[in-house]
Amino acid sequence: MPTEPASVAEVLEGLREVGYLPGESTALVSFLAAKLGKPVLVEGPAGVGKTELAKALAKLLERRLVRLQCYEGLDEAKALYEWNYRKQLLRIQAGAGGQDGWSDLQDDIFGEEFLLSRPLLEAIASPEPVVLLIDEIDKTDQEFEAMLLELLSDFQISIPELGRIDATTHPVVLLTSNNSRELTEALKRRCLYLWLDYPEAEHELAIVRMHTPDLPETVARKLVEVIGMVRSLDIKKPPSIAESIDWARALLLLGAADIDQAVFRDTMSVIIKHRTDLDIVADRVGVKLASPAPSPA
Amino acid sequence: MADGEDRPYVPPNHYGLGLPGLVSLEDRHRPTPPRRIGPAGEQRGIDGELIGFGEELRSEGMAVGTSELLDAFRALAHIDWTDPQEFREALAATIAKSPEDRRVFDLVFDRFFFRAAEAQAVRLEINEPGSRLDGEANDLEELRRQIAQALQEAGDSEIRDLARLAIAAFGTGQGSGVLGVDVQRIRRALGLRSEPQADLPADDPRRHGLPRDQLRKFEQQLRRELERSEIERTSELPAKRPLSDLDRNLPGGPVQDLAQVHKVVAQLKRRLATQGHELRGHARHAHVDVRATMRASLQTGGVPVELKFRPVRPRRPEIFVLCDVSTSVTSASTFFLSVLHALHDAFAKMRSFVFIERISEVTDVLARERDFRAAAAAIAADAGVADISGYTDYGRVWSEFKQLIEDELHPRATVIVLGDARTNGRPPREDLFAEIAAKAGRTFWLNPEPHLYWNYGDSVISAYAQYCEAFECWTTGHLEEFVKALTRPGVR
Repeated sequence: MPTEPASVAEVLEGLREVGYLPGESTALVSFLAAKLGKPVLVEGPAGVGKTELAKALAKLLERRLVRLQCYEGLDEAKALYEWNYRKQLLRIQAGAGGQDGWSDLQDDIFGEEFLLSRPLLEAIASPEPVVLLIDEIDKTDQEFEAMLLELLSDFQISIPELGRIDATTHPVVLLTSNNSRELTEALKRRCLYLWLDYPEAEHELAIVRMHTPDLPETVARKLVEVIGMVRSLDIKKPPSIAESIDWARALLLLGAADIDQAVFRDTMSVIIKHRTDLDIVADRVGVKLASPAPSPA
Repeated sequence: MADGEDRPYVPPNHYGLGLPGLVSLEDRHRPTPPRRIGPAGEQRGIDGELIGFGEELRSEGMAVGTSELLDAFRALAHIDWTDPQEFREALAATIAKSPEDRRVFDLVFDRFFFRAAEAQAVRLEINEPGSRLDGEANDLEELRRQIAQALQEAGDSEIRDLARLAIAAFGTGQGSGVLGVDVQRIRRALGLRSEPQADLPADDPRRHGLPRDQLRKFEQQLRRELERSEIERTSELPAKRPLSDLDRNLPGGPVQDLAQVHKVVAQLKRRLATQGHELRGHARHAHVDVRATMRASLQTGGVPVELKFRPVRPRRPEIFVLCDVSTSVTSASTFFLSVLHALHDAFAKMRSFVFIERISEVTDVLARERDFRAAAAAIAADAGVADISGYTDYGRVWSEFKQLIEDELHPRATVIVLGDARTNGRPPREDLFAEIAAKAGRTFWLNPEPHLYWNYGDSVISAYAQYCEAFECWTTGHLEEFVKALTRPGVR
């Protein structure tokens, strides 16, 4: 049975329990989203947990997650609904010998039976309330954004042949964006806004510790420190939280007791994903670490 | 209103907050003011205050619609708005819709509610209790160390106490009257620096430098406390100071922040890719992709129900960039060179030139050097810009540029000039520039000087501006404006 949180503290606690460590504003905005029924626009650099937040919210609210991954050229047929041509053709052919009048046939083939629902329609029409995640909205064209407006403000979809489909339940909607394109004012106006940034060192430490509880605390602390140093450099793709966690797992598997130059050199490729970045980071950060202890003979 | 004459600086809408919770947002130590209803018109309740806050945000250039304010009210109904943090976040989530807006929001929020609380305090004649400084503080060196120690780990409210302590010890009696000067004087007196100070004893917390953002918070609190005591002394609010461009931009200034520039240009790249579709009418230029249409028709038994079109390729302009690297734009040319360097990554067809007295092509250097610093060094070392006097000669540059690329200019080419248009008294030769602009499709001028200084002294930007679109460009914000203009469909 879907639950509804009663206070911000409850959301904070609940998200923690399902394995997501939210910042204060994250919990507050999630709470407001559930209460006000407004969509949330989540922006921030790649890999800070925008998509994770949606998954965690779905778990917390005990709702199904419906996900629409956006890409350039995404259109209504892929996002909203599509008529099932083949089935319609079959229906026409099957009825060809019969006595169906044209108007009966027309009513029939444009009925719900011949409608293929895509994520947005699915979220609206679902009898149980869902969490709808519209991922990387900035990758789509502005036309698509305009099409979303009806859905986001009134939770309804107009299908010319069928009429209007209203939401039976109120979905919690999250839109994520990497800020690679300015979204339209009209879209922003309909949303609550949440900016997720790289977390503070302490917060990130808590996240890393939660995902790799077996990693020694000193190593985790050092890891967060090094990641912070790397992020302050001018590189193409700064490491995100996801990469911090990957790195922590790698270190755990290797059984590293400390992050020294040798360990860093060997595992650097987990957090750095560009050829040119590798050189910069090796130059600037690698040398600051302690040189490896002489191995016992 | 008679009241307005006593305190001429305060617009009436900044009076009376009448909300205990909000006053304590500014000051937890102050006893909650008794709720007193002031003269008519002064008390306008929380909704009035919020609308006033919205108006103030608008006056700072944020687009705050009525729907946003309504959302804010609805959000407040659901949260515990005596908690300052929640109150602020709820307002921010409903009103500020981009990181830039959020920054302005935070600044205005602090200013607005600080002033509102102070106005209320002045009206109700509440004064701060005297400083808690005792005899022990005679040992100033000890106090310095204590503050530095506390700054290492203190939370926000402790920092505020520290600031008051510091003012009590170092700030009284010798105020210069200018807040910024006083803040710096106190900070120096305390010996607080972010860089390590090796000559201090080993156990001194300042030896390894203090965290930069803690220091910044401390300075902010110092400034605020000084302001507060000033208000208390004179019992009136000083004139409201609009946010300057410097406040709005990130600390450190994006001109120095190359990473920031690269981010903006990376956005530019994306924008060119996505917005390209809007540049051309879909229908007019759409070509049917026969192969794809046939393939799709298999679904419907060979009947081509759905036409497939060839994707419309966005227009990628050919770009010529001219960049001034003379001494009059020294500070800006680093910025420009980095823009140039970043642009090079984004456009396939692009030729770059630098100039001072004469012009020199650096396309190869930029294509070869991936690292910006190396590229800048290479340009400085062997770009071969004839640098005899170090003064720009625009006339000569135009004639050389024209000679070099006259045959390659065509209506789809874009020319971008980065420079301050200061001719050092030499003839500007705008006639040559006009010929270049006429041959190229579009011409842009990016000027690193604020609009205010244009056409003062030897700046002749107006002579050129009639032939091109001129932009001021000294923050990444301006750069984004320019990017928007660049990706807009051309007039011709």
